[in-house]
Amino acid sequence: MSADQQKDTPEQAEFRAHAQAWLAENTPEPPTVRLPQSPLEIMTTDQLSYLQAWQKSAYDAGLVGCDYPVEVGGGGRQNCQRIANEEMRRARTPFMPNVIGLGMAAPTVFYHAQEELKQRLLPKLFSGEDIWCQGFSEPGAGSDLASVQTFAERKGDKWVINGHKVWTSLAHFAEWMILLLRTDKSVKHDGLSYFVVPIKSALGKGVTVRPLIKITGETGFNEVIFEDLEVDDSYRLDELGKGWQVAMTTLAHERGAGELVTPSSGGMKSESTHNTSAMALIDLARRTARNGATAAEDPLVRDQIMQQLIREQGLAENNRRGRVTELLDHPMRLALQNKLLMSEIMQDSAGIAMDIEGAAASLYLGDGSAPDGGQWPMAYMNSFGFTIAAGTSEVQRNILGERVLGMAKSK
Amino acid sequence: MTQPDNFGFTEEAALLKDSARKLLAEKFTADVLHGMVAGDPTPERGPALHWDEALWAQMQELGWGLLAVPEAQGGVGMPLVAVAGLCEELGRAAFPCPLLPTLSASYLLGAAGAGGEAPLEAIAEGATASLAVSDANGSWDLAQTPVECIDGKLNGTACFVQDIGKVSHLLVCARNGDTTGLYWLAVDAPGVDVQADAIVDLSRDQGRVVFAGVEAMQVCADASAAFARAMPAIWTLYAADMVGAGEWQLQTTVDYANQRQQFDRPLGFFQAVKHQLVDVMVDIDRAKSLVYSAACAWDTEPEEAARYAHMAQSAASDMAASASSRSVQCHGGIGFTWECFVHLFFKRQKHSQMLWGDGPWHRARLASIVMG
Repeated sequence: MSADQQKDTPEQAEFRAHAQAWLAENTPEPPTVRLPQSPLEIMTTDQLSYLQAWQKSAYDAGLVGCDYPVEVGGGGRQNCQRIANEEMRRARTPFMPNVIGLGMAAPTVFYHAQEELKQRLLPKLFSGEDIWCQGFSEPGAGSDLASVQTFAERKGDKWVINGHKVWTSLAHFAEWMILLLRTDKSVKHDGLSYFVVPIKSALGKGVTVRPLIKITGETGFNEVIFEDLEVDDSYRLDELGKGWQVAMTTLAHERGAGELVTPSSGGMKSESTHNTSAMALIDLARRTARNGATAAEDPLVRDQIMQQLIREQGLAENNRRGRVTELLDHPMRLALQNKLLMSEIMQDSAGIAMDIEGAAASLYLGDGSAPDGGQWPMAYMNSFGFTIAAGTSEVQRNILGERVLGMAKSK
Repeated sequence: MTQPDNFGFTEEAALLKDSARKLLAEKFTADVLHGMVAGDPTPERGPALHWDEALWAQMQELGWGLLAVPEAQGGVGMPLVAVAGLCEELGRAAFPCPLLPTLSASYLLGAAGAGGEAPLEAIAEGATASLAVSDANGSWDLAQTPVECIDGKLNGTACFVQDIGKVSHLLVCARNGDTTGLYWLAVDAPGVDVQADAIVDLSRDQGRVVFAGVEAMQVCADASAAFARAMPAIWTLYAADMVGAGEWQLQTTVDYANQRQQFDRPLGFFQAVKHQLVDVMVDIDRAKSLVYSAACAWDTEPEEAARYAHMAQSAASDMAASASSRSVQCHGGIGFTWECFVHLFFKRQKHSQMLWGDGPWHRARLASIVMG
């Protein structure tokens, strides 16, 4: 019996047993297409269909949206998503393709939309039928998110949207976008409002999606241009001018500090995706020659790998300590560190892997001699997506300094 | 056996930690510490012994000294996770006392089998003790033990004995033929010569102990198993102390950064300062979480204890160095003065950082466990 199982309530234990039994029968076979390293790099419809089929079957089995009410398409359970995630990780299932929908859009819609809208949107979001994307960043507003300029002008019951969003992951497949925009130009934060917008149906009719090519050569994120797109006022979340507050709900979940656990934190590994853990570094070091021995025997390499192992274990133990209130001085202190730590650990691990590979780190995906198929250089380059997106590491440090340590706001 | 998700940190453990924090916050603030230990700034000031014996006696009455003594020997037998919580609070106050060495001796005695019972009973009755196990290089490797036992008498010199001026007893490692055993004796036994060291850390004292034909009680003839069991606990306690001291450094430096104005703004406004302090916080949190996991492993999964203790000590030792350097740096000019309290914690952390193996040392051992 694992430590996770020990403290399950009877309801959770029953759910865990169900998840284990279902996963034993239904974890999908590896795909015939190459899968990307994360949902943010899904490029082709082949990749998408494989992953969408997986999300649909997991949803049908009750492993997605477990903690949301039944009325909005959830499982109506208590603290069971965490268990589903643990079991999916253990079963090494593929990741869910609707990562922005599950991680960011679902909690935001759930907390801020009208009941009717929730019931309409969430079931198809959970099942993966509707892929979601997030329209936050703009060419002139990335880290300084409150400066967004995409503007919506009122026209009766409609709004007319004009503007330019950028770094929009999955927009090329998305039915829906969560959209932060400006409804009042005279004030900064209070001039923002928050909408959900059906973008796929508006392609060519006020919405243009253009792929951007990443440093890795992959696509997966885009720029999205709005030209006189009309949307109904019923797609607005919360009150007019409250967009910033709604965005904070989104960001809290994006940074791993939200209360509703989503499957975006689980089921992220499969055989075909790359694992940047210290154990993978050890494996690589054992296979790599250096000065007449293996890299695994080099004291500096050993020290670097152990530093990574300790950082990984430290993060796991932080999450564990986060549930012991007597050992916390500030309620958000650990939760707000998650994204920063995880992204920097991944980046450093991939960087160390390239150092271990030495000259062979120059070989990329198409080269038959590339160690691990060239996955490590790609993981290293990809890792900058995580230290930049969702608030750069610099912004994360500002947030921690200001909200947890109480230091003056950097503007 | 598996580890409980809450590290086994019970209400009782929380109460112990909380009461220690309150007691020390009330009676032993940094200005009290500074007043007590920082009278003489002379660089070549010689060995010194400053502590509040009355307050320590009060702690002894609360039973802190016998927390690691099993109930069968008259102690409390608290789980390590609870004791670690207490040590974190002592570190936060940099309180000079012989608690850490006494707890260390208790764990070693407890792991030594039947021979450890009588000394443990003595500790339960108020004796305090320190480990005399290191050679002149600071190594406590049993094969290099600097003391020898011939015909039941100890000869040799043990170095880096912690809080030697405050303890009543010593637990000594000595070669005894092919093995290295453990021996128990009073500090004032005939033939024992204590030579105090002049040290950087003002919150501790330290010395070397010369044994010249000293009679001692044999605790066990072969200490290797006892060391294997006890060292992870000892590493964990010193790591907890570093975590507590790190918290003091962080909070004090943040307060200063919030208060001190430069360029018409508080220092903490500037990212060059803010980000350094966030990194210190992150380092502290990692070390703290690993300390509780190491304590929990020692309590519940002994075969894994060394692995987790190496992680905790490595993280705490590196953090002690970074928190110290950043706390002085971010205080600017005042941080470089004797009058600013920051140096007290800086010095305690630098002492702790290297005492039972620094970060690279622990990682090298961790690597041999994990990678072979």
